[in-house]
Amino acid sequence: MKLGYYPGCTLKTKAKNLEDSALASLEVLGIEATELERWNCCGAVYSLADDDLIHIVAPVRDLIRAQQQGYDTVITLCSMCYNTLARANELMKNDEEKRNTLNDFMDEEPDYFGDVKVVHFLNFLEDEVGWDKVKEAVKVPLNGLKVAPYYGCTLLRPKEVGIDHPDNPVMFHKFLNALGAEAVDFDSATECCSAYQSLAHPDIALKVSYDILQDATNKGADALALACPLCDYNLGRKQGKMLEMFESANEVPIYYFTHLMAVAFGVPIDRNHFELNRESSVELLKLKNLLSEVPA
Amino acid sequence: MSLLIALRTINDEMRRKIKEISGQDISKCFQCGTCSASCPMEEHLQAPPRRIMTLIQFGQSEALDLLNTPWVCASCHNCMVRCPRGIDITRVMEAIRLLRLRQNINQVEPSNLQPEEVVDLPQIAMVSGFRKMTS
Repeated sequence: MKLGYYPGCTLKTKAKNLEDSALASLEVLGIEATELERWNCCGAVYSLADDDLIHIVAPVRDLIRAQQQGYDTVITLCSMCYNTLARANELMKNDEEKRNTLNDFMDEEPDYFGDVKVVHFLNFLEDEVGWDKVKEAVKVPLNGLKVAPYYGCTLLRPKEVGIDHPDNPVMFHKFLNALGAEAVDFDSATECCSAYQSLAHPDIALKVSYDILQDATNKGADALALACPLCDYNLGRKQGKMLEMFESANEVPIYYFTHLMAVAFGVPIDRNHFELNRESSVELLKLKNLLSEVPA
Repeated sequence: MSLLIALRTINDEMRRKIKEISGQDISKCFQCGTCSASCPMEEHLQAPPRRIMTLIQFGQSEALDLLNTPWVCASCHNCMVRCPRGIDITRVMEAIRLLRLRQNINQVEPSNLQPEEVVDLPQIAMVSGFRKMTS
């Protein structure tokens, strides 16, 4: 397998903590994933209209780049990028009429038939690495850390690209268990944080996200782990506002799933870029004695 | 909300366009309400998705235009994976949005966003939000 890595726009800036902690963890596992050259924005959301093919050009172009550069598999970290690329790939594989239209439109590119495999990092860990190997790489087991695994929408739905069952997923749980953490079940694990509504209806987005955090802490979680920079914004960065708005709001440490992996693998702390998180993320790890050194 | 269903209030063109854009057969909906029960935004909607499906079935475009439902929808696909009739309601919501956006009516005006907000928003929030809310 020749593995290409598609980062997506947000991972180069606001979610540098997701990218760097993941790449550091891959290094520990001895896996080589090379960033695609000349990748472009995937468009963040997949086009849901039958007559709107133009918005599928961007993700397909990325997949063509991957194929041209000799990668048979593209690995992604951001849930939204994963969803958009995987759905565009399914379309190119299965819908002959639309595939022909898109291939004709991009006449400067080689024809594409959906041959590159798009995988999410969690998928890759389960199918290609295996949880036993992840367990073996753990140097600092996350014992005593109760984490609510938050899948959100785009990792699970629609079914044809979902990494696990849309209503009863277990992959994230297995991941946390492999790291030695306790996965806390909560009803909102597969609910939506309101996604881009933080732009259009910030008040609604705040309430929806607050309810998710309340659900997680009511079930006994110390923290919440997620995979999407937009979920991180809604559930993490907006917590300051939640504390102002809702009387019973409490600080809930938020981690990217890759943060927890890097901590458990004993990766140097600076690769986690915790400066992009709220302070509670580092504080909880210190409290649980899971960090040996913390940068000033 | 009272509804007058008469020949003059039925907009057949709207029904046809939504079917064309979404690729979904709205007449298959039998009003079980699973979509409404599954919607994470339900408490913030002026009408639940089940109601939206009825309004389309009866071609009630004026009533539909007044509701915030398609604009508060976050395209999470919960309704879609659970619909016992196999209707992709997420695509129906997209079609309703596009009917308005394609008349060059923006739901969010990018120039009205506050700079301090823009600085903090991740790129995927902006790209996805503008894709869903602007023409």
